[in-house]
Amino acid sequence: MDFASAQVIGAGLAAIGVGAAAIGVGNVFGSFLESALRNPAAADGQQGRLFIGFAAAELLGLIAFAVAMIILYAR
Amino acid sequence: MAEAGKIDPMHQFTVEPLVPLQLGGYDISFTNSSLWLMIALALVAGFMMMGMKRQLVPGRWQMAVEGLTGFIDDMVKVNIGPEGKKFMPYIFSLFVFILTANLLGLFPLSIIPGQHQFTTTSHFSITGVLAVMSFAIVLLVGFARHGLHFFSLFVPHGTPKVMVPLIAAIEFISFMVRPFSLGLRLFVAMIAGHILMEVFGSFIVNGFNGGPLGWGVGAISFLFIVGVTALELLVCAIQAYVFALLTTLYLNDAVNLH
Repeated sequence: MDFASAQVIGAGLAAIGVGAAAIGVGNVFGSFLESALRNPAAADGQQGRLFIGFAAAELLGLIAFAVAMIILYAR
Repeated sequence: MAEAGKIDPMHQFTVEPLVPLQLGGYDISFTNSSLWLMIALALVAGFMMMGMKRQLVPGRWQMAVEGLTGFIDDMVKVNIGPEGKKFMPYIFSLFVFILTANLLGLFPLSIIPGQHQFTTTSHFSITGVLAVMSFAIVLLVGFARHGLHFFSLFVPHGTPKVMVPLIAAIEFISFMVRPFSLGLRLFVAMIAGHILMEVFGSFIVNGFNGGPLGWGVGAISFLFIVGVTALELLVCAIQAYVFALLTTLYLNDAVNLH
């Protein structure tokens, strides 16, 4: 296999991590919504924690994207 | 776009010198990055000046400025406590600058042929400096307030004696990674969104050049890009908010320890 094909396949494999982060982000907001509907009065106070969880889950997806780009544009 | 339809999504991030300048062997040219930083500065300064007339009965503009400052003030108070008041200007500047720079990156200047906007926050040199600045302030405040006691940050309360070395090592790594994760998150989120928009924009152009089947592709891409643009506006706001929020949390660690 030549270098260019290996590069594209590797970038594609690295992009799987973005999908995994999508599950994580969905989980964060889904769980928040579920519990917010059970106790709407407490929901507003937890908004900060919601975004911390979102940021932590999203960061891994963004790192996967950065790795994919590094592989794709490596010489 | 060439007729072969080669998609070049990275071209939009090139830093091009507008006014070449050299000083002592260093390239200090006035680039498009500097230009868009200046535009962001002018916009923020204008927005704030117009709302700081201290009228007794605030007009619409002053209400907008007060709403924005009140929003950040609340966030700082909730997360740091009454002592957070003195960090409020820094957090506010961070939030407003990042928000403005992000939104300017989505400004559709490309409809004028030959012009295109530049997203300053899509470069690690900008976001990295912001992140390192936040990290430096955390270190300064932490060591100034607690001295060497600041290192107790690495050992949470109630850690069993046996676990201390392991926990301290993990906490230390997670502490040192903070500036990278802070800067990386913002710049990668911006880059990813802009690449997505560029790629689907190219699909529209190439699709409509490519015959009846291509028109379908172009139409679907167009609908999709409308949604993506709305999502990007949301991401701009969320990323600015997350950057400011995480900075306040890190400052809270430094001010109150655990």
